[in-house]
Amino acid sequence: MAVNETYIEIQDEVLAERTWGSVAKDLIRRQPLGAAGGLVVILMISAAVFSNQIDMYDPEVNDFGAMLQAPSWDHLFGTDEFGRDIYSRIVHGARTAMLVGFTAAILGSTIGLLIGVTSAYFGGWVDIIIQRVVDILIAFPSIILALAIVIILGRGVGPVIVAITIPLIPNCARVVRSSALAVREIPYVDAARAMGYGHVRIVLRYISPNIMAPYLIMLTTFLGQAILAEASLSYLGLGVQEPTPAWGLMLKSGAEEYAESAPWAVIFPGVAISLAVFGFNLFGDALRDVLDPKLRDR
Amino acid sequence: MKLKTLNLLVGTTAALLLAANVAAAETPKRGGILNFVVGSKIPSMDGHMEGTFGMIHPIRPFYSTLIRVNPANPSSTTDFVCDVCSSFSSSDDGKTHTFAIRKDIKFHDGTPLTAADVKATYDKLVFPPKGILSLRKKFFNMVDTITTPDNYTLVMKLKYPSPTFIPSVAMPFNFIYSKKDLDTHGYKWHQKNVNGTGAFSFVEYQPGSHVTGKRFDGYHHEGKPYLDGYKAISAPKMAVRLQAIRGDRAAIEFRGFPPKARDDLVKALGDKITVQEGDWNCSLLVTPNHKAKPFDDKRVRRALTLAVDRWGGSKALSKIAIVKTPGGVVFPSHPLAATKDELSKIPGFWTDIKKSRAEAKRLLAEAGQSNLTFTLLNRAVDQPYRILGVWLIDQWRQIGVKVTQNAVPTGPWVDSLRKKKDYQVAIDANCQSIVNPIVDVSKFLGSASNNYAQYTDEPMEKMHAAMSRSGDQAEQRKIMRQFEQRVYGDEAHIIPTLWWYKINPHRSYVKGWKIAPSHYLNQHLDQVWLDK
Repeated sequence: MAVNETYIEIQDEVLAERTWGSVAKDLIRRQPLGAAGGLVVILMISAAVFSNQIDMYDPEVNDFGAMLQAPSWDHLFGTDEFGRDIYSRIVHGARTAMLVGFTAAILGSTIGLLIGVTSAYFGGWVDIIIQRVVDILIAFPSIILALAIVIILGRGVGPVIVAITIPLIPNCARVVRSSALAVREIPYVDAARAMGYGHVRIVLRYISPNIMAPYLIMLTTFLGQAILAEASLSYLGLGVQEPTPAWGLMLKSGAEEYAESAPWAVIFPGVAISLAVFGFNLFGDALRDVLDPKLRDR
Repeated sequence: MKLKTLNLLVGTTAALLLAANVAAAETPKRGGILNFVVGSKIPSMDGHMEGTFGMIHPIRPFYSTLIRVNPANPSSTTDFVCDVCSSFSSSDDGKTHTFAIRKDIKFHDGTPLTAADVKATYDKLVFPPKGILSLRKKFFNMVDTITTPDNYTLVMKLKYPSPTFIPSVAMPFNFIYSKKDLDTHGYKWHQKNVNGTGAFSFVEYQPGSHVTGKRFDGYHHEGKPYLDGYKAISAPKMAVRLQAIRGDRAAIEFRGFPPKARDDLVKALGDKITVQEGDWNCSLLVTPNHKAKPFDDKRVRRALTLAVDRWGGSKALSKIAIVKTPGGVVFPSHPLAATKDELSKIPGFWTDIKKSRAEAKRLLAEAGQSNLTFTLLNRAVDQPYRILGVWLIDQWRQIGVKVTQNAVPTGPWVDSLRKKKDYQVAIDANCQSIVNPIVDVSKFLGSASNNYAQYTDEPMEKMHAAMSRSGDQAEQRKIMRQFEQRVYGDEAHIIPTLWWYKINPHRSYVKGWKIAPSHYLNQHLDQVWLDK
């Protein structure tokens, strides 16, 4: 009994040695691209959090005296057909993107984590049933599934978050399950079971922390996907609604009529979407490389 | 002296040559195929049961109507001429209308047209049997009997004289069908089959792709049509339609483009593009649900209309949307329409917007709704619904009202308006074909099936009934002003925005087609020719 407890404590210490600080240092030193991605992530989050402080105009107020103006010092990214400042709308659009992106990614990956670990831990019929449900959900293309959910639930931020979260869950559950299957066989899990710990404690305390690497990688990957999905739904008119600033919505408004005569109305929202997705993907890749022991020393 | 004479001679010759060139340029040429793009689908090919331009544009050229808007003067709101008739007249009491039917008309299958065919058509339109949909039935409520004293005379007797009758007959949806077809194949045959007396006969319909027609040589208007045929190409996306015209895959789109698209086409193609523009018999309205609090309170409704700067909005929105003219309940250029002076007295049309918004805030405070918030139901269609939605939300923001928008596709939008009635405030439209004001304003009656505001207003019903039966235009006009003041001002049952504005850029080689106040009108194409 004492031996088992000591073993578990050593495992905890090993995990504790890898602090967030050391992970960040590793990232900058070994992954300059990842660090650049991280910088984009920080920029996006800052824009979302401080949008009221760094905007130049109210993003929703029409100014017909300034319709479709090209980028200038007064309007850094120009104005749209309602004379609204595109820079301010991009900055506030970051809030919508980050809110939807983070919420959907965190919910999707966390629920996926719990489902994946549960499936792996219990095995047998529980595993078979969960994995078949996962198979069914994965069979739907994500955007089609999200579209169907939005049509059922309606428009707005809440339904969009649900619509984006649900397709993420099975993907995470499948990846996490494969990692959890390996962790389940490690002796300290047997030790915890032998000590009489309950299933919930074993799953949450001993298995889940040991599959944090795939979880975090999925989380960062999902962030980019969720931002792109939100922009796609808004572009299709199924996401957030005008006049709320959202990148996909801005792209939709400008694309058809103004792509030629006022390209700034399309370029800047497009760049914002691309940059955010690119940044989160770079950051996620780098994080995977840092957290994966097999890739760490390459 | 000699020089003067020479100059005169040269000048005269040049003038004559110029005049001859102009005359030659305007003499219609025969031949060619007109390609045009259509941004909507064909639900069925039966004009009697449809109300969409998606059907009218490709199918109307196959058919004739009893009378029609004058193709040479389609922007007039009162100029109607015979199509299958040779003349028409009304009795002194306005209750009997007699139409002399032409004797030289044949259907595309060779059957001669007689008054019996016109009667069979109008029997279907006016007195449809149970289970047969006639969208125009309500326009003919005044019709008592339809008779044919002989093979080439049609008489329609009315229950009461009505100024709305003749414009209703001229509606482009009233396709003349063959009695033989109706008797043999039944009333639903025309939903999928075509046999008319129009300028073109049916060739092919590929759903989702195109409709083609070829010249009908036995057409009854002499020398017409000029075209060998036409191809109506289905193109739901505006960008596709624009590029089709830009690349000369299509010569015209009859519904209309937004101002920016017009500017882009003109910029790219210069004089190869001709633009026709004019007011459109269509207006976007805001409908407050009178059964949803606080919109049962007329102070709140009045505040919402007072907040909207229509005069200022017109200048700005006409640059980005297919709207332009501030107007009352009647199509702006019609004799029954309000003048600017009359309009400016109605709340919401005051020229001093600061005063108007101050009054709006006062009314909201009085109603205890200073922090009013609501959801605006809108149709997820860009032009002009989305644009107007964003503009209105900004207008209401300026009196402290916070509005969120719920823009949904056409199906759910109609469902919410007609069936669920679960909205607080909705954007709605009143779009008509023929300018027929007394019929058009029936939309504002609480009893109208297309009024979704859920109110009853007896005085308005009485005013409308009085207008419908009055033969005196001055009296109609007087009552119309009272009607308008009540619906837009005193009660603010409905909140007006702006009248639509039709912009038709087309290839300059398309000649003979003139813009009308509606995208449903003047689409028989018999007068169109190609200057190639």
